[in-house]
Amino acid sequence: MRFLSFILSMLIVLTLNTSSAEEINLQNKITKNLRCLICQGQSVYDSDSEFAISLKLVVKNKIKEGLTEDQIYEFLTIKYGEWILYDPQFNKNTYFLWFLPLLIFLFGGAIIFKKLKK
Amino acid sequence: MTNKIIYSLTGIFFIFVFVIFYRGLSNSSLYTPTSNLKSVPEFSAITFYEKKVLYSKDIFQQNKFYLLNIWASWCLPCKDEHSILLDLSKNEEIEIIGFNYKDNFNNAQKFINDLGNPYSIILLDRDGTKAIEWGAFGVPETFLIYNNQIIRRFIGPLNTKLIIEIENYIK
Repeated sequence: MRFLSFILSMLIVLTLNTSSAEEINLQNKITKNLRCLICQGQSVYDSDSEFAISLKLVVKNKIKEGLTEDQIYEFLTIKYGEWILYDPQFNKNTYFLWFLPLLIFLFGGAIIFKKLKK
Repeated sequence: MTNKIIYSLTGIFFIFVFVIFYRGLSNSSLYTPTSNLKSVPEFSAITFYEKKVLYSKDIFQQNKFYLLNIWASWCLPCKDEHSILLDLSKNEEIEIIGFNYKDNFNNAQKFINDLGNPYSIILLDRDGTKAIEWGAFGVPETFLIYNNQIIRRFIGPLNTKLIIEIENYIK
């Protein structure tokens, strides 16, 4: 009898969880790339602040509505500006950011090349 | 000769870096995001007393100023700004709409009963998802709205200085 009630309650718990594994993975991936604006320096995924809890819920709902990852990022950048994304998008404000490592690499390469030629 | 140039250049470089970092120490580490949200977002919410569903496009319809104030009974700065909001609610030109954020109904009701009700409508946001539609991230937060456009956004509690600013807009 005990065993049966255990099985039954487990079944109920399992059917209550309607999110598929894929949706949860996507939700985690997205929230890991979002900056928690209250607890700056933490991602929304890591944080348990009121804001982060709500934002996780919003992301979950948007995934359920069928929005893609990029559409969710776009939705949130309209609301909060690009700063909410950890991974900065490539645009005229971030050219310098994206190209600086490459420039430094080329510069260093040039120095080595010059030394070797000597 | 070249050694001297290299030494002085390195010296200048380190002084330069030191000055930049030293000045950075006094900068505020709190960054407030700049929202690109210009007009009233589309949402629906349940009203506080009647439990009726209201749509955003039905709320900000009249040709007057609206002040949307996000508050909660557990938020202490909200208590501070409440008397200011009560004073402002006497102004006929502006309608104050409350947005009860992640609150317990009984506590919120007690808050309003004890301190007075400056709001013409109070909307409920039980899980905080509607505040995200507004690009808000905490309480209290206030939006000045005219013609379905967000004119000004106040993060944190209002004070008398900001109220004067709001009154200047209305004029």
